[in-house]
Amino acid sequence: MALLEVHNVHAYYGNIHALKGISLTVQEGEIVSLIGGNGAGKTTTLRAISGLLPPRAGYITLQGEDLRRYKAHQLVSKGVAMVPEGRGVFARLTVEENLEMGAYHRSDRTGIAADMKRVYQLFPRLEERRRQLAGTMSGGEQQMLAMGRALMSRPSLLLLDEPSMGLAPVLVEAIFQTIKEINKAGTTILLVEQNAHMALQTAHRGYVLQTGEIVLEDSAHNLQQNPVVQKAYLGID
Amino acid sequence: MLKQIRDGDWISLVLWLFRAVVILLVLYGTVAKLFFGVGNAYSGRDWANFFISGLSQGSLYALIALGYTLVYGVLFMINFAHGEFFMSGTLTATVFVALPLSASGFLDRTPIIGMMLILITAMSVSMGVALLTERVAYRPLRRAPRLVPLITAIGASFFWQYYFRGLFGSSLIPFPELQVLQGRYTILGVEILKTRAVVIVASLIMLVGLYFFVMRTKTGKAIRAVAEDKDVAALMGIDVDRTIAITFATGAAMAGAAGVLYGLVFRQVVFSMGFVPGIKAFTAAVLGGIGSIPGAALGGLFLGIFEAIGPPLFLEGLGIPGGHQLKDVIAFTMLVLVLIFRPQGIIGERLAEKKA
Repeated sequence: MALLEVHNVHAYYGNIHALKGISLTVQEGEIVSLIGGNGAGKTTTLRAISGLLPPRAGYITLQGEDLRRYKAHQLVSKGVAMVPEGRGVFARLTVEENLEMGAYHRSDRTGIAADMKRVYQLFPRLEERRRQLAGTMSGGEQQMLAMGRALMSRPSLLLLDEPSMGLAPVLVEAIFQTIKEINKAGTTILLVEQNAHMALQTAHRGYVLQTGEIVLEDSAHNLQQNPVVQKAYLGID
Repeated sequence: MLKQIRDGDWISLVLWLFRAVVILLVLYGTVAKLFFGVGNAYSGRDWANFFISGLSQGSLYALIALGYTLVYGVLFMINFAHGEFFMSGTLTATVFVALPLSASGFLDRTPIIGMMLILITAMSVSMGVALLTERVAYRPLRRAPRLVPLITAIGASFFWQYYFRGLFGSSLIPFPELQVLQGRYTILGVEILKTRAVVIVASLIMLVGLYFFVMRTKTGKAIRAVAEDKDVAALMGIDVDRTIAITFATGAAMAGAAGVLYGLVFRQVVFSMGFVPGIKAFTAAVLGGIGSIPGAALGGLFLGIFEAIGPPLFLEGLGIPGGHQLKDVIAFTMLVLVLIFRPQGIIGERLAEKKA
């Protein structure tokens, strides 16, 4: 059984039909990447999975359990964590308070403290700045904070929306390195990226979205070799 | 100013003149009063009394203003029914707890327990009214345009006023006097009415308590997280609707407590008592910077003191008699001035720039 299954999901923003029957699966331990242009429905797919935009038709299961009866805030305790587009750190909370919010649904103090230590090991920069307001940090640091905060809920599935957006190339490398490390430590990852190149290098498998539909599905390796993908998303003629 | 004339920017020129006239009037009045002795002669003790009564009135404004600022922080909405949260708790506690306890002598035998009972009742009723209002009148409109909940807020305000008028009648109800609070304390040579001293101390304790609640507790941090971004807060596992309800309840509890203190000072309560303090507290919240908790506290204290000292100081200096009856004019002139010249308040962000 796959960890995550998305079955023929349709989602709307008002009257705009944003997802037109998306189906995808993510196996335990994988990094799966969704690539596609602007407005293809990548972010919408993640919003549907995380409960922020409930699908109007179709359904989503996590370890076989239908997620339709849960609201967004209840999904965290089911093991879904999301790093939203634009990072979404709480600017007027300190770094440490942001991390505490990531563990909001938990009440095991020792476990939370241990996880905070782990996040600080993964991102030593955050420990240096733990009393600083998150809004005063650089984009890269905020991305680290957003990822660390998501890890604080001990997710089984981590949804990442455009982790490389607006970051310097050196930082992009570092972020993707961290994504691999997080995955090696046992967290399954569903990744949405404009930077198809980095996404396909990091992922095991990938899906290509176009105007709300999945047009291609293959291993990341094969997608990198696919002439259509090369032309449209990797900038190779 | 020359630049505005040159550029033909008449609106800002008029605003500049307006600001200059207000400042000149205040300065002229103050100088006339202090150096030329226009109007009544006040001793230092009188001024201290003005200040103390302003401080106690201001701390009530501050307590009520917290409710406006907390709700604005999470919903970007001015809750015009907040004055009714203040009224409902006090009225109920007066009729069902304070008067019976006073009649039986319990209140004077054990004033601390008695006051606690009154406070708990008032705060609970205020919270209940707030939770009901939020659930029925505001939550269904969470995704509506911003003007819509504003209108239901005004509707809710009328509803509660007349509901409580129906329950308790339209006449003034006396709030019992406590024997222990009769008379004055003398602190540093200044005589302070005991009730005023109690109001100031109790308000300060609650202000500090609320600040710690919002800054230090998990629920308080969740309130701040929801204020910043509801979607992301939900992704963290925070129940946004519940947190908003808690925010309303917290503000209402402060208002309920403020209502009891109001009863102690003014010794009468009535169904319409929420209106003026409500608008004054709203002014205080805007003055301090709406959305900011220290801002609401500061704005409340500042408004109270300004209202108390302004009339004897510059209104009498300008030769206006009976200035105390004009203190509302001072308060609302200040609201207009703040909205025009410093919409972000003493501390805080610009009203218009806040995201919806």
